[in-house]
Amino acid sequence: MTVTTVMLCGVGGQGTILAADLLAKVASGHGYAVKLSEVHGMSQRGGSVDTVVKFGTQVHSPVTDPGMVDHLVAFESIEAMRRIHYVRPGGRLMVNPSAIQPLPVLTGDLAAPTGLNAILAEEGAIFIDADELACEAGSPKSANVVLMGALSVGLEFDQELWRTVIAGRVPPKTVEANLRAFELGRQACQRGECER
Amino acid sequence: MTSSLLSGNEAIARGAWEAGATVGVGYPGTPSTETLQYFSELPDVYAEWAPNEKVALEVAAGVSMAGGRVLVTMKHVGLNVAADPFFTLAYTGVRGGLVILVADDPGMHSSQNEQDSRNYAAFARVPMFEPSDSTEALEFTKQAFELSEAHDIPVLIRSTVRISHSKSQVALGERSAVRDPGSYKTDPAKWVMMPAMAKARRLDLDRRIQSLQALCEASPLNRTEYRDTSIGIVCSGVCYEHVREAAPDLSTLKLGLTFPLPETLLRDFASKVDVLYVVEEADAYLARSIRSMGIELDTLPLAPSGEISPGSIRSALRYPDPELREADTTLPPRPPLMCPGCPHRPVFDALRKANAVVTGDIGCYTLGALKPLSAMDSCVDMGASIGMAHGASLVGSVTERPIVAVIGDSTFAHSGVTGLMNTVYNGGTGTVLILDNRITAMTGHQGNPLNGITLQERSSREVDLETLVRALGVPRVRVVNPHGLAAVRVAIAEETAAEELSVIIFRAPCALLVRDKGDPYGVDEDLCTKCGACIKLGCPAIGKDHLTSRAVIDVSLCVGCRQCVQVCKYDAIVHSGPGCDFKGADLS
Repeated sequence: MTVTTVMLCGVGGQGTILAADLLAKVASGHGYAVKLSEVHGMSQRGGSVDTVVKFGTQVHSPVTDPGMVDHLVAFESIEAMRRIHYVRPGGRLMVNPSAIQPLPVLTGDLAAPTGLNAILAEEGAIFIDADELACEAGSPKSANVVLMGALSVGLEFDQELWRTVIAGRVPPKTVEANLRAFELGRQACQRGECER
Repeated sequence: MTSSLLSGNEAIARGAWEAGATVGVGYPGTPSTETLQYFSELPDVYAEWAPNEKVALEVAAGVSMAGGRVLVTMKHVGLNVAADPFFTLAYTGVRGGLVILVADDPGMHSSQNEQDSRNYAAFARVPMFEPSDSTEALEFTKQAFELSEAHDIPVLIRSTVRISHSKSQVALGERSAVRDPGSYKTDPAKWVMMPAMAKARRLDLDRRIQSLQALCEASPLNRTEYRDTSIGIVCSGVCYEHVREAAPDLSTLKLGLTFPLPETLLRDFASKVDVLYVVEEADAYLARSIRSMGIELDTLPLAPSGEISPGSIRSALRYPDPELREADTTLPPRPPLMCPGCPHRPVFDALRKANAVVTGDIGCYTLGALKPLSAMDSCVDMGASIGMAHGASLVGSVTERPIVAVIGDSTFAHSGVTGLMNTVYNGGTGTVLILDNRITAMTGHQGNPLNGITLQERSSREVDLETLVRALGVPRVRVVNPHGLAAVRVAIAEETAAEELSVIIFRAPCALLVRDKGDPYGVDEDLCTKCGACIKLGCPAIGKDHLTSRAVIDVSLCVGCRQCVQVCKYDAIVHSGPGCDFKGADLS
């Protein structure tokens, strides 16, 4: 009764919910039981957000706890640090290394955290420059799908299943860009040490 | 049978549809909103947003009286608004099945309080179903309609945020034939709740609850699972799933019906385990009920408020903690914020500068309370801003500062009109700002009476807000475009200086409704004097370069609303060019 737990975290509006939906549909299509838990409402307005997807032969709780996450996919580096303690020992940490500064930093009330990427690297983070790859794919908004491409390396799901789910879920005009984004994410990961 | 990945909200909507409900009505509120939206898209149903939950439940009562099956949706605090019809509908009972989804928000992700709706079920004596995942959400909703009609009573379905907003696979069924209610017959003994009839219905409610009591003892909705009997845990809703994950070997009594409670079953379960615990979140509803039955119950050291997780249950049971990396607690917080180009921003900027006492309300604009706008004194409930502004003006302690109520369009339609009527009626003064952004924004862009957009896109007409406010007797009413900062400042200065009650309608669409974004702006480094005026707007596209102290604009976020251009006295904010990109700046 092994359950795999994936946490996607970022800033409200970065597309974590859509990415989680893709992953959940893929896991479901693969034949696993799936639970996905997300938070809507006020935090979606630019706040700190996370979405959890759990899959396996049987899944009970839709939420997770510190130390229990197998794969943490961070859409932003400050949010990666905020949740790094959720990753279990030996778990995988994938980070889009761009930082979106929170408002208290933008207004000069608080100092911006420094050296995050160095700490994350020390923790074994795999960096995927999702923003740049999304632009390369033809849609800056496809960074979430780039990260799913990276995540897909090391998960057992069939690539064709991913592609079918993506094509059926994203806006029709963006299907090609998103499929390219997925592929670029995969390639970026294969260049790195993704299969842990 | 097909299977689909559905959220709890979607599954409840699907369950209502499969049960043959033909009407859905509600008011948006996180985490309940998607239920009615999903229902409205299913075939052969009528669905509408009501201006508030009380009206929604009254519409549903009419549907039920006429013999139709109806689903009502709201968040937990919405049931406070609907409490008046709710309590009496327990007396009248139903004709067509009437099922109310009430979605609680333990942990207060998007709410002003954490009230536990199970108390409402016990208080009004209305049966309550608590599904623990999407499969049960669908199945329980179907059974709720059957029970509602069989026992002549409205039924509550309690969801929580982790039910409403978690998705899992659900087997979809066919829709049962929509029942023909037959011709309508007047039945005052059942529906006219004046004292003579209400007294009889009160006694009838006792009988109905008694029969439900017997039913719930044997209902498969309540399930004992005996494993290791050294510990037995009573739980319901998502807490059951947390318990199963945290302690798969322990025995559980899973309650799918949390009102009425199966006393005999509880007693039996308690007798078969060595130690009895309850795991529940938000309130100790089950623990209190079980103790009041005289059943001995031990207490797990779980937090009395907020959400429960498998980890918190493991800790409470003193299971060893997983190996943990230390959390980084030094990071700057990331509170939610108003979007770039939000029309609310200039209003709060002006209110802060006017040193106003601002009674706030529920919506995106509540974010005006946060830094750097910091221009809100209170936020209590839907519509509270107007009554509280009037009340604050009666004391005389704030006479040197203007008193201003701030309320959104949907919130004004929900509960603001009566408050404003009260202020007019009692000769109150002060200024009411109606921030009309043409949509119910925070819950994800629903229609409301002030924009005339209906849930199923039927033709409608929008309320003429200016005429409504004037008709209430407000002597001073004006409409201002909030994107013009000088006009906002002047309007607030003039209206707060006036001795009479005034209303300013700030009208501009939500930034997320504006499809044609303007060209982005940037900061001319030579002209920027580092005064920080633009940064005090709190726009997420504007930041302070920590090395140079100059302002910088993120062109990828800027929507070209020109609000910051207007606060810059040095004409330093110009159409962007190379070098203005945020990413080139050093923010660290």
